[in-house]
This record gives sequence, structure tokens and C-alpha cells, in this order.
Amino acid sequence: MPQLDISTFSTQIVWLVITFAALFIIMWRVAVPRISDALEQRQKRMDDNLNKAAEFKKEAEAAIEAYEKSLAEAREAAHSAIADANAKLLEETAAKDAELGTKLKAMLSESEASIAKATEDAMDNVRVVAEEVASAAAERLLGDAVDAGVVSAAVDTATKARN
Amino acid sequence: MRENKTLAEGHSPLAQFEIKTLIPLEVGDINVSFTNSSVFMVATVLAISLFLVMGMRRSALVPGRWQSMVELSYIFIANLIKDTVGSEGRPYFPFIFTVFMFVLFGNLFGMLPYTFTFTSHIVVTFTMALFVFLGVTLIAIAKHKMRFFTFFMPPGVPMYMAPILIPIEIISYLSRPISLSVRLFANMLAGHTLMKVFAGFIFALGVFGIAPWAFIVALTGLEIVIAFLQAYVFTILTCLYLNDALHLH
Repeated sequence: MPQLDISTFSTQIVWLVITFAALFIIMWRVAVPRISDALEQRQKRMDDNLNKAAEFKKEAEAAIEAYEKSLAEAREAAHSAIADANAKLLEETAAKDAELGTKLKAMLSESEASIAKATEDAMDNVRVVAEEVASAAAERLLGDAVDAGVVSAAVDTATKARN
Repeated sequence: MRENKTLAEGHSPLAQFEIKTLIPLEVGDINVSFTNSSVFMVATVLAISLFLVMGMRRSALVPGRWQSMVELSYIFIANLIKDTVGSEGRPYFPFIFTVFMFVLFGNLFGMLPYTFTFTSHIVVTFTMALFVFLGVTLIAIAKHKMRFFTFFMPPGVPMYMAPILIPIEIISYLSRPISLSVRLFANMLAGHTLMKVFAGFIFALGVFGIAPWAFIVALTGLEIVIAFLQAYVFTILTCLYLNDALHLH
């Protein structure tokens, strides 16, 4: 078995030490720093970009907040304007209603007065006609004119009885 | 080995593990020859350096495929350390990343035909494991001073258990480099030997060689998984030992 040939041990050990040491120095001084630099730079770049993204996100959120605030303000203003207009409208209608009411009331009382007057007039006319009719009827029946005072009294009692 | 000569045209399944000297070198009395093992160690270092450095050449903000692979391997080990050791493990990242890449690329290089798998040699894996073991022990002693030795006596254990427990704990601690190195070496050795044995059957069986051939195709997939898995296991155990060293129990 060549592995047990002691005469080759020294050369193998010597060359192992030489090559391993050379590789270690290359690793330690050149390769590892280069790779770790590259990785660190990438990490730094990524962190920077992530930070920037977070900043942008914060800005966007602030913008959204401002927008929503202005939107809410506008909505509130619109609401109050609508409420004002409503109140004004109600007031106006109420005033108009009241005006119309008094006008109508005046007209109503006026017409009621005229109706009452007309009724009274009519009643007066009825009385005159009744007196005339009564005196005429009495004249026909009695053949003689009847005293106007008597007729008037008779009509009075008659109307009173009817009423 | 002579009886193995009938297999695979006279090649022993273990022939692939032979160390072949390419450039004989000696420093003092010590053999430091440049061998096929050294070739693949150097190739591994070059491949890893190329993979990592060229992949990060542009270092784009949005990585391409190559850069993604490099970053993925970095993040994989970084997370492994974070999960097993915690934030205190960060200073050891370059070393652990080196261990992982070295073992991984060494294993994967071995999967190419005609290559040599240096992680299939116990002396290589044991040297690495021993280095990890000694390093971790020194870190523990430097950090906890004498309190380190309480590691062998877990808290809450009754005193009369100590004579049994302490030797067990010490033995299990000392066997760490052995288990760490043997696990990697044995996996590589067994996988490559099995492949070679079955490759020998292909020609020996003629038309019916299709069966071992199909088996080898499946086994290649499995071996690539094992190459990753063993690199991962070696690394995660290193992390766990480091965690023990930094936090004791």
C-alpha cells in the first residue's frame, strides 16, 4: 500500500505545508477581503435602497394623509353649505306660508263679512217683501188697507216664531 | 500485490496511489522531491486562486454565474462558522475557508481520469488534522488557561465518576486528529480503489462488462457527492473543535 511507504512522507508533508500556506495567504490577503467587500457593498447598497424606499413610503403616506384631510374639509364645507341652504329655504318657505296664511285669512274674513252682509240684506229684503205680501194679502182678504204698523208687528212675530 | 496483476491489465487497484518522483530534491537528508502528489497540490492551489480571484475580478453589484458561485462558497462557509461557532469564529474564517476549498478541490481533482488524489494519503490528511488539533488546543489553552483542563471533567458529573470519565474524555480528545484524518483518507482510498476494481472487470467480462461499466457511472456520481461531503465533514468538524476550544462545554 503506497500510503504506508514512509519514505514518501517527508515530501508529502513539505509540499502540503508549502501549498496550504500559499493558499492560506492568498485567501487571507486577497480572496476573502475581495469577496467580503463585494458582499458588504451589496448589503450596504440594499440597505440604502431599502431606507430610501421607506422614506418614499413615508412621504407618500404623508401626501395621502394631507389629501384625505383636505377631502374631509371639503366634505365638511359642502355639508355645512347644504345645511345653510336648507335652513334658508325652510325659513323662506315658512315666511311665505305665514304671509299667505294672513292674506288668506284676511280674504276669508272679508268674504265672510260680505256674505254676512249679503245675508242680512237678503233678510231685510225678505222682510220688506213679506210685509208687502202680507199687506197685499190682507187687503185682498179684508178689502181694506191694513195699517203698516200692524203688518210690521205681525211679520216680526212670524219671523220670530220661525226662527 | 502480485496476485492483483491479473486485474486491469497488470495494474493493481492501489497503483493509482503510488507516489512518483518527478523532480528529485533533497534538503539535507530530507526527501522533498517534487512528486505527482505535489503537482496536484500546486494545481489545487492554482485552481482555487483562479476560481476565487478571477470570479471576483469585476466584483459586480449584480453577480454573474461565476461570481455567484464564489459568493455562494463564501457564504456557505461563513454560515457554517456562524451556526457552529458563533460570532467569535469570524477571525478563523480565512483558515476554515482554506481548509474547505483545499480538501474539496483536492477531492474533486482526484475524480478526473489519470489524476492523483492527494487526500487519499493518510500522511496528508493526518498532517492537516494534527495541525487543526494542535491549533485548536493552543487556542483553548490561550483563552481559558488552566480552566481548559475542566474540559475533561464535564460539569454536573459526580466526583466518584471522575476516575472513569477523565481518561475516557482524554482519549476521545486525543483521538480527534486520528478520526478526522482517517475518515477523509479512508473515504478517498475506498472510493478510488472500488472504481479501479470495477474498471478492471469491464475488460475482464467482455460484453458483460456493460454491468460494471454502468456501476462505475453511478459510482462516479456518488464519489463526486462524497468529495463534497467529506470536505464538508472535515470542515464542520474543524468548526466544532474550534467551538469546543472557544466555549469549552
